[in-house]
Amino acid sequence: MMSLQDLSAMADQICPMHVIIDTDGKLQSYGPTLDKIRGEDSWEGRSFFDIFDLQRPRWVKTVDDLMETAGSKLHFQLRSAPHTRMKGVLVPLPAGKGGFINLSFGISVLDAVRDFDLTSQDFSPTDLTIEMLYLVEAKSAAMEASRQLNLRLQGAKIAAEEQAFTDTLTGLKNRRAMDHVLNRLINSGRDFALMHVDLDFFKQVNDTYGHAAGDAVLQRVAAIMVDCTRKSDTVARIGGDEFVLIFEGLMDIGRLSELAQRLIQRLEDPMMYGAQTCRISASAGTTLSSSMSQPDAAQLLHQADVALYGAKRAGRARHMFFAPHLEAEMAPPSSKSA
Amino acid sequence: MHGLINRAVQAFVTSTYGSKRWNEIMDASELGFSEFEAMLVYPEDQSMRMMRAVERSLERPLLEILEDVGTFLVSNPQVEALRRLLRFGGVNYVEFLHSLDDLPDRARLAVSDLHLPGLELIEQAPGQFELLCQPGVPGYAQVMTGVLRAMADDYGALVILDLAGTQDGADVISITLIESEFSEGRTFDLGAHPL
Repeated sequence: MMSLQDLSAMADQICPMHVIIDTDGKLQSYGPTLDKIRGEDSWEGRSFFDIFDLQRPRWVKTVDDLMETAGSKLHFQLRSAPHTRMKGVLVPLPAGKGGFINLSFGISVLDAVRDFDLTSQDFSPTDLTIEMLYLVEAKSAAMEASRQLNLRLQGAKIAAEEQAFTDTLTGLKNRRAMDHVLNRLINSGRDFALMHVDLDFFKQVNDTYGHAAGDAVLQRVAAIMVDCTRKSDTVARIGGDEFVLIFEGLMDIGRLSELAQRLIQRLEDPMMYGAQTCRISASAGTTLSSSMSQPDAAQLLHQADVALYGAKRAGRARHMFFAPHLEAEMAPPSSKSA
Repeated sequence: MHGLINRAVQAFVTSTYGSKRWNEIMDASELGFSEFEAMLVYPEDQSMRMMRAVERSLERPLLEILEDVGTFLVSNPQVEALRRLLRFGGVNYVEFLHSLDDLPDRARLAVSDLHLPGLELIEQAPGQFELLCQPGVPGYAQVMTGVLRAMADDYGALVILDLAGTQDGADVISITLIESEFSEGRTFDLGAHPL
C-alpha cells in the first residue's frame, strides 16, 4: 500500500494544486503551486475551512459533509486576499483516512497568474492553462487589430458620408445636407431664416458659352455666397441653379433684406470665363421659421419658393419675404418660372 | 498574402527606414494605397509588387531583408505581442524549437485565415537540429531564420544558424545550440499582458 508521502510526491508532479486533508479536515500536505500562493504562513496542520471558504454546494458545513461531496464540483474562495476563486473535486482516501482535493483556478486563472506571478512550471505539463493563456492573448491581439481596422473603416465611412453631403462641383452642401440641417434646427426648436435663391440668365450662359463656362459660373456663385454669409450659416446647392441659404438665429428682416441685396449685387458683377464675360443675376425669396407656430421643413421650403416666385414676377434681381397674399396670387399653383 | 505578413514588412520598413521611405515604396508599387491592413487578405501579386519595390528601394537582396524582418518581429518592442506568443512555446530555447512544429496551428488558432507553411523540427544530435520549412510563402525560411536568431537572444541562448539548402522542396535551417544559458535573455512574465 502506497504511503501518504508517496501519494503526495506523485501528486506534486501531476496535480500541483492538490490538498490532502485528514479526517478532522486538517491539511496534511499540499502541492507546490499552492505552496507558492499561500504567502508567509505555512498551511500545514491548519483547518481546510480556515483557508478555503466553500461557496457551493451550500449544504456543506462540516468535514463529514465535505467527504460526502466526493466526485462533484466544488467552488471555493481563498479567505485571505486576493480572495481568488477556485474549483475543486474531492476524492476520499482509502480506509477513511481523509480526503484528496484537487484544485484549479477555473476562469479566474488570468487574475491568478498575475496576482501570484505564476509561470508555466506552476502548471502540470498536461494542463491546458498555458494553451488557454496563449489563446486569450492571441485572440486579444487579433481582436485589437480588428478593432483598429474597424476604427479606420469608421473614419472612412464618416469621410464618405461627408462627401455625400457635399455638392462636388461647388463644395457647397447638397440637398441631403440641407434637409439634415433643416430638420436639426426644427427639432431643436431654434429660429432661422430660409432663403431660396435662383439664378437669372444662367441658362443663357450655358447655352452661349457651354457647360464648362456654366460650371465655372456656379463655382464663382458658390464662392460669393459663402463670402456673403456667416460661417454658421448653411449654403446648399439643391438643383442646377437653385440654392438654399439657412441663417440660424437671424430673424431681422432689415438685415436679411440687406444681405439679399448685397448678394444679388455681387452676383451681377461680370464674371470672367477665359476671354468671355458672363453676366447673371439672381432672385431670392425668404421665409422665417417663426412664421409658423410648428415649423415644418416642406412647408417652409414651399413658402420660400412662393416668395421667390413673387420676386421673379416682380421683375427679377429682387428679394421678397413670404407673405400669405403671395400664395393667393400664385396661379396656376406652385409652377415656378425658370 | 495575409495582411499580417504585408503589415510585418511595412512595420519593419517604417520603423527602420522611416515612413517617408515606406510611402515612396508604396508609390513605386503603384497599388493605389499606402498601408496594408493587418486583418485583410491581399492578392499574391500585390504583396510581390510591394516586396520588389522594397528590394529596389533598400538596394539589398529581398531574402536578406526578410531575415531582418524576422528579427524585427521578435526584437522590436512595437510588436511585443508576437514575441510573447512565441515565448508561450516553451520555457527554454530547445522547448521553443520543439514548439515550432505546432506554430502554423497556433497561428491559425489566433487568426483563422492565416495559413503558414508547415514546420518540422528534426533533432539530429543533442544540440543539433534541422528545421524544415515547407514551401508556400516565398522567403518563409529567411523570416524564420531571423525569428530563430532573435528568439535565441530572447532566451539567452547561443546558437549558430545556417540556411542549409533544400530537402524535398523544403528549405532547411540548420541550428546548432552552443549554450542554452549563454546570457540572461529577456524575462517572460505570463501575466504581464494587459488583457
